[in-house]
Amino acid sequence: MKKNWPLWEVFVRSKNGLEHRHFGSLHATDAEMALENARDVYTRRNEGVSIWVVESKHITASNPQDNGELFEPAQDKIYRHPTFYELPDELKHM
Amino acid sequence: MSEKEVKNLEAIFETRIARDEKIEPKDWMPEKYRQTHIRQISQHAHSEVVGMLPEGNWITRAPSLRRKVALLAKVQDEGGHGLYLYSAAETLGISREEMYEQLHTGKAKYSSIFNYPAITWADIGAIGWLVDGAAIINQVALCNTSFGPYARAMVRICKEESFHQRQGYEILLTLCNGTPEQKAMAQDALNRWWWPSLMMFGPRDAESPHTEQSMKWKLKRKTNDELRQQFIDQTVPQAEILGITIPDPDLKWNDTLKKYDFGEIDWDEFWQVVKGHGPCNKERMNARVSAWENGAWVRDAAMAYAEKQEKKKVAKAS
Repeated sequence: MKKNWPLWEVFVRSKNGLEHRHFGSLHATDAEMALENARDVYTRRNEGVSIWVVESKHITASNPQDNGELFEPAQDKIYRHPTFYELPDELKHM
Repeated sequence: MSEKEVKNLEAIFETRIARDEKIEPKDWMPEKYRQTHIRQISQHAHSEVVGMLPEGNWITRAPSLRRKVALLAKVQDEGGHGLYLYSAAETLGISREEMYEQLHTGKAKYSSIFNYPAITWADIGAIGWLVDGAAIINQVALCNTSFGPYARAMVRICKEESFHQRQGYEILLTLCNGTPEQKAMAQDALNRWWWPSLMMFGPRDAESPHTEQSMKWKLKRKTNDELRQQFIDQTVPQAEILGITIPDPDLKWNDTLKKYDFGEIDWDEFWQVVKGHGPCNKERMNARVSAWENGAWVRDAAMAYAEKQEKKKVAKAS
C-alpha cells in the first residue's frame, strides 16, 4: 500500500440538548468518508443525532507530566467554592 | 531515565492501579504493561474480525429473512467490535497496519474457536449461544480493566453482545421444537461446540503463565478456571430448557460445592489448534490475507481520490 489512511476522532451528540462526546476513532481517507464510517460504526443503535469528525493530528493534548503545574494550583483555591463562606443558618435563599 | 527513576515511576504506577485508578494512553506505564496490552487487545480485535468468517458463510443460506437480517447485523457488529479494539490498541503506539501484519504472518493469535467449521445451520445457533456466551463472560470481567480505552471499548461491546447470544439461543430453541431431524441437528451442534467453547477460557490456572501479572494489573479480574466454571454453571440449565444433552458423562451437580463437576478437557486438542493445526486455521488466514491483498487497490484508489479532491480545494482557494 502506498499510504495509510489517516486517523479521525469521532464525537457524537446522543440527543439534542446534550453536548457532543468523544465516542472513539477510525481510519478514513477524507472527512466525508470519516462521517459515513462513523455513522456505521458508532450509531447502529440510535446512539446519536449528530456527528463531528476531526482528524486526530489536529488535536493538541496536554501532557500528564504537566498535570502538577496545570491542575494542582486549583486545589488550594477553596475560596472559589460557595462552601468557603461562613454565613448564619437563618440566612435563606443564598 | 535512570534505573532508580524507573523503579520510582513503577511504584507510583502500581499504587494507582491498586487504588483502581484508570490508566490513560499518555500516562507513564511500564513497557511490559504496554506490550501486554497491545498483545491482548490486538488479539481480541483479531478474534472479532476472524470471527466474522464462520458466520458470514451462512448469511446467504439463512432459512428466513428474519434470520438473515439478524445474522447480518451480528456480523456487522463484530466488524465494529474489531474496530473499537484496534483503535484502543492504536492508542498504545502500534499502527493498524502493524497489527494486520502480525495477524497475517501468524505472529499474533486469535481465539482458537474460530478455527472450527460451521457446517450446519444449527452451528450458527450454537455459536451465538455458546461462543458468544463464553465471550460475554470474558468480556464482562474486562469492563472494569485498568486501561481506560480498553475498558470503554468493552463496555460498548458488552452492551451489543447480548443480542448475539439471544439470537443464537432462539435458533436452537426453534430447532429443538421442530422435527426430530431438526432437534438432532441441534444436538449435533452442541456435541461439536461444547468442548471448544470450554477451551475458550484458556489453559487451567496452573498452566496459565500470564495470569498472575494480569490479575495484578486488573487486565484480568477472574482466573480462567473461575470464568469457565461460571460459564458451565449458567449454561447447563439453558441446555435443559432446550432438551438437549451436554456431551460430558462426568457432568453432574455437586451439592456440597454448589457447582457442576465436569470431565477433563482434551488439552492436546487445545494446543494443536493454538499451534495452527485446527480444522480451519489455514482457510481462515487465507481468507484474511486475500481480503487484505485484493482490497489494496481500493484503499489506494480511495486515498488518491481524497488527495486529488484536497488539491482541487486548495487550488480553488488560492
